[in-house]
Amino acid sequence: MPLTCPTASGGSRSIRNLKPLQFIVCALLVVGSLGQVNAQSDSTILFDSAMNALAPVTSLLAADHKYDNGERIDLSWIPSIDDQPVNGKITGYGVYRLTNAGNPALIADLPSGSSTFSDDNVEPGSDYSYYIVARSAYESAVSVRTAPLSPQREWLNLNRGFLFLIAALISAAVIYFVQSAKRGKKLFVRKISGLEAIDDAVGRATEMGRPVLFIPGIHDMDDVQTLAALTILGRVSRTIADYDTKIFMPVARSLVMTAARETIKASYQAAGRPDAYSDDMVSYVTDEQFGYVAAVDGLMVREKPATVFLLGSFFAESLILAETGNSVGAIQIAGTARPAQLPFFIAACDFTLIGEELFAASAYLAGEPRQLGSLKGQDVGKAVAMVVIVVGALAATLGEAWDISFMQNIYHWLSSVFSSN
Amino acid sequence: MDHFALWLAAFFTLGIYSFLYKDNPWYKLCEAIFVGISAGYWVVTLFWDNFHGKFWVHKFEDWWLWIGAALGVLMLMRLFPKIGWISRWALAFIVGATSGLWMMNYFSSNIMRQVQDAVLPLFGTGFEASFGAILANIVVAVGTIAGLVYFFFSKEHKGVFGGTARVGILFLMVTFGASFGYTVMGRMSLLIGRIDFLFSDWLGLIR
Repeated sequence: MPLTCPTASGGSRSIRNLKPLQFIVCALLVVGSLGQVNAQSDSTILFDSAMNALAPVTSLLAADHKYDNGERIDLSWIPSIDDQPVNGKITGYGVYRLTNAGNPALIADLPSGSSTFSDDNVEPGSDYSYYIVARSAYESAVSVRTAPLSPQREWLNLNRGFLFLIAALISAAVIYFVQSAKRGKKLFVRKISGLEAIDDAVGRATEMGRPVLFIPGIHDMDDVQTLAALTILGRVSRTIADYDTKIFMPVARSLVMTAARETIKASYQAAGRPDAYSDDMVSYVTDEQFGYVAAVDGLMVREKPATVFLLGSFFAESLILAETGNSVGAIQIAGTARPAQLPFFIAACDFTLIGEELFAASAYLAGEPRQLGSLKGQDVGKAVAMVVIVVGALAATLGEAWDISFMQNIYHWLSSVFSSN
Repeated sequence: MDHFALWLAAFFTLGIYSFLYKDNPWYKLCEAIFVGISAGYWVVTLFWDNFHGKFWVHKFEDWWLWIGAALGVLMLMRLFPKIGWISRWALAFIVGATSGLWMMNYFSSNIMRQVQDAVLPLFGTGFEASFGAILANIVVAVGTIAGLVYFFFSKEHKGVFGGTARVGILFLMVTFGASFGYTVMGRMSLLIGRIDFLFSDWLGLIR
């Protein structure tokens, strides 16, 4: 094939026919055209490369989590365009954090498809900046960094505004009834059969010359059920002091032992028999759940109490204790707010205080204005709840089934109010 | 050593089960060892986890911890009968703080969430709910209202109110029955675990 040189007219002529100067010009043209080809080829390669490179996430935003203790920053972003459900290249995202402009640290590995992340390992007063690395099997793409952000601590959680309003309403009702009771207004509380039996149960123990066993559950003083149990203990021990019956109370928590001793001591003093009180009435056994059960079961079969009170927070030991009490022929009064344990008490005990009856018991037994007022105030809360459920269910049913917009609005408003928790 | 531990575990398992026959010296021995060891274990655990782990290690980092320590010292005043009454302050703090902390939690879970879940369209959107779903919705709404009526203490359970309260207790008893069966099955699995230990690990009768 003969070598040719391009001409200005677009044709070509053999280099054998060229003069030296024409040959040089021809050589320059050829080299130049080759350069153009290479340049075009390079740009094509670069363009193709840009088209094939992994796309980073975009619109990365870091925002302080609202109404928290300054311990969370929320991140959101638009996933990489290569993050597709079918044939997508993204295998996952790495979330990197820079604390006070320090070195970046990987804080989370997220699967493909992720578009949000909450960093709940931050502290108020420090600056945090983030970026996301989108990864495929062979390469990765780094997003832009967010501006440094310092999480803030908020004193008020305005998301729970309605919760506060409803709590304030019920609290106002409690205060109103407490004041009414203090002014001498008689507040009615319906009969609670389990509590009516307390005096009879203690009387039975007195007649039989056997002791009363009081078990306040296995939780500590930070459980309201234990508090309720100790309130009832106050009344029970007062009756015991009056009847001169023996009580023993094994406990699983040292603080409960202290509080129980104080309670019984106060009852004996109120009964005018402080000399009859002894610290030995309440004894610490062990914190271990089944160690406590083993000891109490042994105590039951040896002492054979005539009356057993099982009031407070119970777990798996509830049936073991109640069944043993039943086997020694004791009359048993039980109460707990733990739904999973109530069936066992109902099956094995003579009287059972179900859930809120345990909390109502203290007010019922004491008849003291503050506690009675509190109970009546809580009833106002229940009445409000019943009205809201009836109105809400009606509005929801009419609105959603018959597509009545007014009813739908009521339904959605009520839902928003009661979801603010 | 493993062999010894196996025999020890079997000895105590059978000792505790012997209570099913009647109270006996073997059970008393197991009970005393169980109670003694567990009480000692908890003393050590609470000391290292709470006093050492939560206070002593961080005593100069967080000055709030000293308030807890001071309350703990107040509790120890019980050891001195003349000033034992001071321990009531610490107890009062615990009781008050507990009541305050739990008030909103109970309020949120027992009232707000309950009401939220009971306010629902009984027939679904545009009557699209199935018969089962409609029945479930009615049970939730009626059961919640009837249950609330039962726990309403300001009115005697008579007439319509009393009837509704009886429906409420009926709902509760059905729930307890279901819960009873579920929990008994859980307890059976615990029993099976011990039987498996005795016959498999100890006696080697089950392979």
